[in-house]
Amino acid sequence: MSAVVGRSLLRDRAGLALLCLIALSTLVPFVWALSMSLKPEESVFQPGIVPTSSEEVAVVDGREVRVRLLRRLDDGRLRLKIAEPGERRIVDVVDDGSWRRIERVDVRWENYPEAWGAYPFLSFGRAYVNSLVVAGLVTLGQVLTSALAAYAFARLRFPGRDVLFFGYLATMMVPGAVTMIPTFVLLKNLPDGLNWLLGTDYFSRQLVLGGNLLGIDSYFALIMPRCFSAYGTFMLRQYFLGVPRELEEAAYLDGCSSFGVLRHVCLPLAKPALATLAIFTFMWAWGDFFWPLIVTRSDEIKTLPLLLQAFQGSYGARWNLLMAASVMGLLPMLVVFLIGQRHFIEGIKLGAVKG
Amino acid sequence: MGQGSGGAARDLARGLLYLSPNLLGFLAFTALPVLAVFVVAFTEGSYTSSLDPATGAARLDARWVGLENFARLASDGDLWRSLWNTVVLMAAIPLQMALALGLAMLLDRPGTSRVVLRTMLFLPTVAAGIALYLVWRQIYNQDSGLLNATLAAAGVVSEGGGPDWLGSATLAKPALLLMLVWIAMGGTNMILYLAGLQDIDRSLYEAAAIDGAGPWDTFRSVTWPALRPTTFFIFTTNLIAGFQIFDQVLIMTRGGPEGSTSTILYEIYRNIYEYQGKMGYAAAQSVLLFGLVLLVTLGTWWLGRKGREA
Repeated sequence: MSAVVGRSLLRDRAGLALLCLIALSTLVPFVWALSMSLKPEESVFQPGIVPTSSEEVAVVDGREVRVRLLRRLDDGRLRLKIAEPGERRIVDVVDDGSWRRIERVDVRWENYPEAWGAYPFLSFGRAYVNSLVVAGLVTLGQVLTSALAAYAFARLRFPGRDVLFFGYLATMMVPGAVTMIPTFVLLKNLPDGLNWLLGTDYFSRQLVLGGNLLGIDSYFALIMPRCFSAYGTFMLRQYFLGVPRELEEAAYLDGCSSFGVLRHVCLPLAKPALATLAIFTFMWAWGDFFWPLIVTRSDEIKTLPLLLQAFQGSYGARWNLLMAASVMGLLPMLVVFLIGQRHFIEGIKLGAVKG
Repeated sequence: MGQGSGGAARDLARGLLYLSPNLLGFLAFTALPVLAVFVVAFTEGSYTSSLDPATGAARLDARWVGLENFARLASDGDLWRSLWNTVVLMAAIPLQMALALGLAMLLDRPGTSRVVLRTMLFLPTVAAGIALYLVWRQIYNQDSGLLNATLAAAGVVSEGGGPDWLGSATLAKPALLLMLVWIAMGGTNMILYLAGLQDIDRSLYEAAAIDGAGPWDTFRSVTWPALRPTTFFIFTTNLIAGFQIFDQVLIMTRGGPEGSTSTILYEIYRNIYEYQGKMGYAAAQSVLLFGLVLLVTLGTWWLGRKGREA
C-alpha cells in the first residue's frame, strides 16, 4: 500500500514540477518585453535580460578618458576617438593594454515618458481615456439592454415572445465579420441620410472632443453598434429563469411593478451573471481591434490598440520604445486580472455552462 | 400570475417596452446587416453617398453586378491561399486543446500552489491583444529577438545567424502557430477542462482502480468520455474563432511574406480598406466566411450527436 502511495506522491511531485516549468515559460515574453523596454537604444541588440550599456576607456596622456576604438593601425597602434565632454579628437596611441570595454547596468526608465508622448497625434493618456470611455459605455450598454430584454424573455408573457427569442438565438452564430460590412455602409451614410431626411446639415458636424458627431470616424461608431448582445441576453435569461416564482409573486403582492421586480428581485439574484457579463464585455471591448480599425480615421478618438498599431508604424525600428509602449498597453488588463482573477475564472465556467 | 390582468395588447406593449432598447439595436446592427450582406454581395462600389447638385437627389455609389463577385471568388488565388493559410493556422487548435487538457489534469488537485500556477497560465489569455503581438514580433526579430538569442546561446545557430522567422515564407506560419498555442494553452480551454474534470464522479475513478485499471485505461474509459461535451464545446468555439484570425496577422506580418500568412479576414480587410471601394466583393467574401462557419458548426454538432449515439 505504501509503495502505491509513494508512487502517486512522486507522480504528484513530477506533475507539479512540470506545471511550474510551463507556467514559468508563460512569464518569459512579459519579462523580455520589460527588459527590452528599459534598455538604452544602443544595447537593444545585446541579448542579456539586465539592461546594460558598454563604455570604452583608455589611458591617454596619463589620464583615463572615455574613447571609441576606431581601428588598429598597421603599426600596432590604436586609433582612438576621445569622447569626453568638450573634448572630441582622434589620437593614435601605442597599445599599452589600458584600452578596455566596461559593461555596466544601465536601466532607462526614461524610455517610458518618451514613449508616452512619442506618437505626435495621440498620447497614451488620451488613448487610455478613449479606451476606458468606449469599453465602459459598451459594457454599460450591453448589461442594461441585455438585462431588460432578458427579463422580458424570461419573466413577461406577450404574444410572439418565443419566436422573437429564437430569432435572437439564431443570430448568435453569425460571425462579427459578416455584419461588419453592412454596418460600416450604414454608418458611412448615416449623417448624410439624416441630413437629407430632415433638411439640415447638423448631422455632419465635428465633435469638439474629436471625430464626427455620427457615422464613420466617431465615438458613436465605436460604441453604439456594440451595445447590444444576443449572447448577454441569452445568458441573463437563463439566469432569470432560475429565480424562484414565489419571490416574484411576493414582490407583486407588496405592490411592486414589473420593473420593481426586475430591480429588487431579479437583478440582485443575478449578480454573478451580471458581473461575468460585465467583465467579459469590458475585456473584449478594451482589446477589440478590427472594428475600431475600420471605423476610425482621426487620431484623437483612437483607442489603445490603435495607438499601439500607429506607434509600430512610426517607431517599428526602435524596439526599446516599442516595448515600453507594449508594456503600457499590457499593464491595465494584467492589473485588473490579478486583482479580480477569481471572478474571471468563475465567470468562464458560468458563461460556458449557462451559455 | 399576479402580473395584473391587462389584455394581450397591454402585455405586448409592456414586453416590447423592455425589449425595445435591445431590439432596436439588434435590428439595426445585427438583423438588418445579416440580411443586407446578401444584397451588398451582389453589388459593387464604395457606397459613398453624394448629392446631385442639379437635381438635389441623393446618389449612392453602388451598382448591381449580379453574380460577378461570386464568380470572382472562385478564381481569386489570393483568397484561396488565405483560406489555406487559415486552415493551416487552425492546426493550433488540436495542439492547444491537448495541452489545455494535460495542464488541466495536472492542475486538478487541491492546493494554493496550483491556484497560483493557474493564474500564471491564464496570463497570456488576458494579455492577448495588439500589445502582446508586438512583444512576439520582437521575440521573432532576426537581429535582436529573444528566440534567436536563445538559439545562439544554445549553439543551435551561430551568433547573429538565426533565421528571419516572420520574414520567411516557410517559417512565418509555424511562428504564428507557436504563438497561438502559447497564448491559448492555459486559457479558457484549460479552465473549462478543469471544471469538467471536477464534475466527474469520483466513484468512477474508484471503480476503475478496483478493476485494476492503469492511468491510461482510466483516462480512456472514464476521463475522456466524461469530458466529451466539454471537448465539443471547446472545439466548436475554437474553430469559429480560428476562422476569424486577423489582429496577429496585421500586426506581425501584414499577411506576408508573399501572402503566406494572409487569412480570410485579412483579405476582407484589404478589400474594404486598402482597395477603397470593394465593398461588394468584401461582402461576397464575408458571405463565404459565413457559410464556412455555419458548415463547420453544423458539422461538429452532427459529429457530436453521432458520437453520443454510438
